[in-house]
Amino acid sequence: MGGFPILSLMLLVPLVGAIACLFLDARPARTVALVATLIDFVLGVVLWANYDIGGAQWQFTERTEIFAGFSYALGIDGIALMLIMLSVFLMPICIGAGWTSINKRVGEYMAAFLLMEMLMIGVFAAQDLFLFYIFFEAGLIPMYLIIGIWGGDNRIYASYKFFLYTLLGSVLMLIAMLWMVNETGTTDIPTLMVTDFAPAAQTWLWLAFFASFAVKMPMWPVHTWLPDAHVQAPTAGSVILAGVLLKMGGYGFIRFSLPMFPEASAQFAWLIYALSMVAVVVTSLIALVQNDMKKLIAYSSVAHMAIVTVGVFAFNTQGLEGSMIMMLSHGLVSGALFLAVGVIYDRLHTREIDRYGGLSINMPHYALFFLLFTMASIGLPGTSGFVAEFLSLAGIYQVSTWVALICTTGIILGAAYMLYLYRRVAFGEQKHADAAAMGDLTLREYLMMIPLALAVLWMGIYPESFLAPMRADIQALDARIARAAPESDSKPTPGKPQAAVHTVSEVGHGATPAAPEGVH
Amino acid sequence: MDFSHSLKLIAPEETLSIAGLVLLLVAAWAGDKAARAISIIAVAVLVGVSFLVAPALCSGAMGPDTVAFLGQYRADAFASFAKLLIYLAAATSLMIAPQFFDRFNAMRAEYPILVLFAALGMGIMVSATDLITLYIGLELNSLAAYVLAAFLRPDARSAEAGLKYFVLGALASGILLFGMSLTYGFTGTTNFAGINAAISGGLSHGALFGIVFMLAGLAFKISAVPFHMWTPDVYEGAPTPVTTFFATAPKVAALALTMRVAIDAFGSQSDAWRQIVIFASLASIVVGALGAIGQANIKRLMAYSSINNVGFMLIGLAAATMQGASAMLVYLAIYVAMSLGGFIAILMMKDGDGEPVEDIAQIAGLSRTRPGLSAALAMIMFSLAGIPPLFGFWGKFVVFQAAVEADLVALAAIGIAASVIGAFYYLKIVKVMYFDEPVDVIRGKSDWAHQFLLVVTALFISPLGYLLTKWLGGLADAAATALFLAA
Repeated sequence: MGGFPILSLMLLVPLVGAIACLFLDARPARTVALVATLIDFVLGVVLWANYDIGGAQWQFTERTEIFAGFSYALGIDGIALMLIMLSVFLMPICIGAGWTSINKRVGEYMAAFLLMEMLMIGVFAAQDLFLFYIFFEAGLIPMYLIIGIWGGDNRIYASYKFFLYTLLGSVLMLIAMLWMVNETGTTDIPTLMVTDFAPAAQTWLWLAFFASFAVKMPMWPVHTWLPDAHVQAPTAGSVILAGVLLKMGGYGFIRFSLPMFPEASAQFAWLIYALSMVAVVVTSLIALVQNDMKKLIAYSSVAHMAIVTVGVFAFNTQGLEGSMIMMLSHGLVSGALFLAVGVIYDRLHTREIDRYGGLSINMPHYALFFLLFTMASIGLPGTSGFVAEFLSLAGIYQVSTWVALICTTGIILGAAYMLYLYRRVAFGEQKHADAAAMGDLTLREYLMMIPLALAVLWMGIYPESFLAPMRADIQALDARIARAAPESDSKPTPGKPQAAVHTVSEVGHGATPAAPEGVH
Repeated sequence: MDFSHSLKLIAPEETLSIAGLVLLLVAAWAGDKAARAISIIAVAVLVGVSFLVAPALCSGAMGPDTVAFLGQYRADAFASFAKLLIYLAAATSLMIAPQFFDRFNAMRAEYPILVLFAALGMGIMVSATDLITLYIGLELNSLAAYVLAAFLRPDARSAEAGLKYFVLGALASGILLFGMSLTYGFTGTTNFAGINAAISGGLSHGALFGIVFMLAGLAFKISAVPFHMWTPDVYEGAPTPVTTFFATAPKVAALALTMRVAIDAFGSQSDAWRQIVIFASLASIVVGALGAIGQANIKRLMAYSSINNVGFMLIGLAAATMQGASAMLVYLAIYVAMSLGGFIAILMMKDGDGEPVEDIAQIAGLSRTRPGLSAALAMIMFSLAGIPPLFGFWGKFVVFQAAVEADLVALAAIGIAASVIGAFYYLKIVKVMYFDEPVDVIRGKSDWAHQFLLVVTALFISPLGYLLTKWLGGLADAAATALFLAA
């Protein structure tokens, strides 16, 4: 792709679309938004197709020195590529999710979403520390407006909580960034990724970055903004929040915390494990007793994100690959689940689980899709969730069997709350006449569900497509952090293979030196 | 140093004085009928003197060539940077005034003339390199400002604001004078460079008290905590165009003066005043943020916001480095744009009869009825909160960068964490405009001057502003270099 600035173009398309939407009426605004997101999706496909697996670590790089103090530098590696793909894939679906349910201030709504898309791509593509920060923080404004204007009854509380929580986390990171730049004299992320900071300084820097990413992630106990924000946000807002915004935290850990501060990461790995273990179990139990569908899925997101953090801080390739696949899979699955909630919310205008029941009778196709995504969330083999959970847990098992054990408990609890949710919504008798009268999926809803379902199955059956672009980057990262990797608690002793029970024909070779240990 | 060279250096001040005096005569003969014409001429004069001072900044003027009247006055790049901001802010406050005062039949010919004299005083303040020059400039500005605060004579609040401003301002001047006399007594000179040389060996207790009192007096002028109490009352009571003026030009002048005094006069003992500045800065950030939360009047809220912002700028001064000074100047430039934009938006909030609306509850749901105005105000609020990608973030960014470079990481961390408190009340304005149900009070039309200026300031603080970072940073660096060269 030579010098063609495709990343800038991907930023420009939604920006232009957003500005156009501000001045348009409802119908044209919807069309413009859909067209802009679809163009960006096509550009994303072009990006992926032209990404040279096994080529340079940073591809499609652009650099212009138009600002003082930092540069406009873009570029992606395989990790960023996958997350950008996730964003551009989910965006048209988000626009579709608000197609009919958003009736007031449509232009502003579409503009806010397109701005979000631009900022998310910017976060993943930024190669300059401060450019990253600007994109990272700027997302607060459109998200604040999306929750506050188009949210539910308690939207104002939720919007404040979302904004102030994430802002407080991020400003400390800014100070850490300023310190790093002052120390090294560069704002270039690839350079900083191979810079060794003094271990004492790493501790503070790591904590400052942790403050930001832990809130964004969100990790227990700073996760409380998430259920509020999710419940109050419109469907598409939830999809984008769960689908992409939460990934910024995980991306931050992988891009910054691990390679820039490996020693501190190892030092705090147990903090991460502890918080993640608590999160997996506690939030799963909380999810089990929720009566609000969105809240249930929101808490399940926290639990899944805890698996991501455990995988990231497992300090091995399986863990890292698992956490990346978990982020992609969770982006698709939780997005799809929020969408599934949105479908019935649009019909009955309630998220209360008790108000539904027996939907498999009157909405069989809907029930089928919902079942697929429920299974993917649980991690059934064949869906993306299985690959993600398997790899992450395999990664952490190599470090600590106990952490793996407790995290696996969370998976079982996950099966419990998801199946329980599905049973109450889709099975059982049709208690309420209005719920029983709801029609099945419309064409628009099919168009949103089918791509998600296909992607979930694709990632579950052939994850290599998604792992291949990231493999080299994850191995490079693993090599960089290997020196600090925490010791495994398993201490496996090499087993003593039993002497082979030789068949008669082999007796003649019995004394070959090929199996010396086998000889007792 | 010959006399004609000195006269050439003070050309902007001469122009302003002569223009002010001539216009005063015109006003005496022509009366209030000529108020609008005098305003236009005053704006033209301010724009004209801006062109007179700009070359010094662009060429980065510094060194002995910029000294006039045997070290009393300095027309270097630093002074020129501050003067440009002052003249710009003064001209804007003149342009937005007529429509506001016409409604009360109070557009008097004295208004533009007072603004001109205040600008003249502020120009002297930022160029002063001698305690006496400093005091003359400060008082010339203050006397004009007291009258301006009370300009809306039929309004009791305006009169109250003028009286409060005068009494407290006089007190502050007294404190400042006391500090100046101590400084003079213990150093034997009123010249900044002389003072700096005299205390470079060590600081006597008397001189230390001199520094403390002088900084206290200056803290009053920049409305830094704990000398901020007058700000909300004066901002609320003064007519809105005058508040616009107070929030911008005198702030620039007083901060530039504080920088000049701290660096040029007391620079060799920066450890002596750094703690004071750090305290004032953190206290201003916190008090400004907490005080604003409960405000129902948007002008009072902006007053607390200005206290909060002064706190951030003082972080740059606490660094006591060239980067710190440069960062302060960048912040000042952005802050002036944000304040101007904010107050213009407030001026544009009028009900059906054209009565100004200052109550925050009355702008509920403004985004439905006036999308453009509320979008601009929301941008200004997010920018004041320092949320990227708006330009307000850049001001905070450079200031904190300077603090980190000067090894004041703890100060930077506490300051930036406290800025989150401030974000809360800025968000409140956005929430009221965007999330609440419309009350549809704001119906008044605004004239083109307001709309035009609002669009200009909004564009400046939009992400497009980042394209100016190199240019602005370069100018601020030149100005800061000039400041430190004089030390």
